[in-house]
Amino acid sequence: MRALVATLFAAFALLVLWSFVVAPQRGWAMPENVATLGVAVDGLFAKIQWVVGVFFLLTVGLLSWIVWRNAQGGGGRRSAVSKHTKLEIVWTIVPGAILVWLALVQIAPWEAMKFSNSIPRGADGRPKPALCEVWASQFDWHVLYPGADGRSGTGDDLHSPYELVVPVNEPVVLSLHSRDVIHSFFVPSFRLKQDILPGRETLVWFECTKAGEYDLLCAELCGFGHYKMAGKVRAIPRAEYAAFLERKTRELHSNGMEDRK
Amino acid sequence: MSLAARVFSTDHKVIGLQFFWSGLAMTLFGALSAMLIRWQLAFPWTAMPVAGGIVFPKSGGVPSPEFYSALFTFHGTVMIFFVVIPLLTGWLGNYLIPLCIGARDMAFPRLNMLSYWIMPLAIACLVTGFCVEGGAAQAGWTSYPPLSTVPSAAPGSLHGQTWWLLAIVLLGISSTLGAINYITTIVKLRAQGLSFLRLPLVVWALFLSACIQLAGLPVLTAGGILQLCDRVLETGFYSANGSPLLWQHLFWFYGHPAVYVVILPAMGVVSDVLSVHGRKGVFGYRPMVFSMLGITVLGFMVWAHHMFVSGMNPALGMAFGIATTLIALPSGVKVFNWLATLWGARIQLTSAMLFALGFVALFITGGLSGLWLACTPVDVYMHDTYFVVAHFHFIVFGGSVFGLFAACYHWFPKMFGRMLDERLGRVHFVGTFVLTVGVFLMMHQLGLAGMPRRIADPTVYPSLRHLAPLNVSITWCALLLAGWQVFFLANLFWSLARGPRAPRNPWRAASLEWEADSPPPHGNFAVQPQVERGPYEYDPRQGGEDFLPQAARIPAP
Repeated sequence: MRALVATLFAAFALLVLWSFVVAPQRGWAMPENVATLGVAVDGLFAKIQWVVGVFFLLTVGLLSWIVWRNAQGGGGRRSAVSKHTKLEIVWTIVPGAILVWLALVQIAPWEAMKFSNSIPRGADGRPKPALCEVWASQFDWHVLYPGADGRSGTGDDLHSPYELVVPVNEPVVLSLHSRDVIHSFFVPSFRLKQDILPGRETLVWFECTKAGEYDLLCAELCGFGHYKMAGKVRAIPRAEYAAFLERKTRELHSNGMEDRK
Repeated sequence: MSLAARVFSTDHKVIGLQFFWSGLAMTLFGALSAMLIRWQLAFPWTAMPVAGGIVFPKSGGVPSPEFYSALFTFHGTVMIFFVVIPLLTGWLGNYLIPLCIGARDMAFPRLNMLSYWIMPLAIACLVTGFCVEGGAAQAGWTSYPPLSTVPSAAPGSLHGQTWWLLAIVLLGISSTLGAINYITTIVKLRAQGLSFLRLPLVVWALFLSACIQLAGLPVLTAGGILQLCDRVLETGFYSANGSPLLWQHLFWFYGHPAVYVVILPAMGVVSDVLSVHGRKGVFGYRPMVFSMLGITVLGFMVWAHHMFVSGMNPALGMAFGIATTLIALPSGVKVFNWLATLWGARIQLTSAMLFALGFVALFITGGLSGLWLACTPVDVYMHDTYFVVAHFHFIVFGGSVFGLFAACYHWFPKMFGRMLDERLGRVHFVGTFVLTVGVFLMMHQLGLAGMPRRIADPTVYPSLRHLAPLNVSITWCALLLAGWQVFFLANLFWSLARGPRAPRNPWRAASLEWEADSPPPHGNFAVQPQVERGPYEYDPRQGGEDFLPQAARIPAP
């Protein structure tokens, strides 16, 4: 039994190590980051992974070793010592210092992601206006681009159901809204998630650094169709983006017949 | 004694066992719903075995997405409010507190009885939810409005949600009554000589978790009543014109400390079991007490870490992120002290000890994954994904439930006067540990790959399709894990009837409950114990008489 239990804990430690070091190579890990703010997230993740990894292997490894030595038949030395002030101070101060460090390094990236004074600024130095409005409702996404008048909520708004199209390599601000319950705007590849409360505007911002198509998920339970509230984000170069808006504008004013020619 | 006197007993031991059996019965339903959830995630939209044929005869057993929502709402609600809280506070609190402090009974026996008898009423409300139009609540165990308050938002929000709220409000009242009782009993009824710093750590843990309940539960209960008002009286506390976030604050103000309510007693159990079955005093008794106090106080300053991306003021998120990172410290201190307790111990690999050791390994894992979640920018990604599901199942299953198993193997002889079978216990442990890892470990990777929780079918998203093999293997492990509990149930029922008679103190433990007969008679102690020393006087260096009971008098030389 002693050997079995010690092996069980050692094998467990190795399996956890495998799941965080080898399994990611199979794609069982975060998808590639393609946004500027995601760089800090991945950096913090890696820092914490080191801290977690060292403490995990140290403690679970020790547990396995102690069982091997001190269970019946193990022949480990017995000790009745159950008090040691210096040790207590050491294992309070050292992890405490590491935790304070972790608490401090998360402040700046958090500020850049969520604080309203971090909203990207345009050439005029003022916060950039929202590129478009994203409306969430049970169970779909609907994107509204301002038309020729540059304002949303007017008759010439451009509609893009399910698909959010953004220019790549430039900061984008989105205005999120919900028509009914709470939804959550989640683009794993951008490391971006934000709940959308009904009855108020919520702003998010990001800069996608790689053209491509990315999954947009709803991450907050919103009803029975929550699982199929799928959307897409398509990041394209500025020129293509302009062409996309132009096509949408043509669609708006066409009667559906001219395009057939 | 008449049957009515036995059923409506004010004896703390009877009430403790009533919580034990009720909790165990509810576990069956909580586990069954978990199996159905796992089936759907591994084999979406295929006929569900057993339940499918009963609930969906028309579709040939294929479940509806509404039913899936009701399932995970039921699973979370049952496991938290009807299983781990009643077992860890109701069962352990009632059974152990008077015995461990040398009291004849609780301070308020009738209040105690009332606290138990509210529970069947709450269960009745929960079950009623399934019988009303629209079916049971489907807004998750967190029940965020407006999904939970607008009748048209989900079929379960038609009527089911009202019954869910009634169940939660009733349970809130029940647990508050219990907490008042535990606190008063520990403060007022300790045996002569039993100072606070001579209490076994399990009593300290039960005391602190009762303090958390007393301070936090009224907030959730009041929040639940407000949501009832929104639903029944058409008030607008949580509507889009009111504040949907208000509910999240009120819910998590207790919803998060509730995690400490279910982990602290398990920590106390493990401290005691490691010491008794390791024949060595708990290392660093005072740091252990202070770290639990630290968890209790800090535990009330971290609730909004569930709301980093909720739309609340990000400055608040930063403060809560820092507090959450720091709460890892007292938990870490406890882990180091457990390892130091085992260092140089004479480890007896009994079933109770095995589960306590398993607790330490799994609690370390669940605790450390919390560091990623406490880090606000990383949590933006992890929030509401399976990474969170993995994290809290390592804590609540690997932690609280392993603590419950350790407690059951350790105190069963005291409760029922018979011994459990140790061989079956060991088999139970090995399979349970291996399969627990099999179920919950790779959920971290599901979450990392971006799979949100509470979705009925992960194959909808192209970026999640490569996770299918993980979901299938997790489901097989879950089915096996549930099946493996047969070793526990068989042991439990066989030993109840046929197990060898337990002596008064089978584990040669030093604390007061072992001074009473097994099982203790009404009134507990033939002679009121007088306490001479702390609860952990063991010496691993010698065999034989290697311990000094708390109440033993040493004659003057």
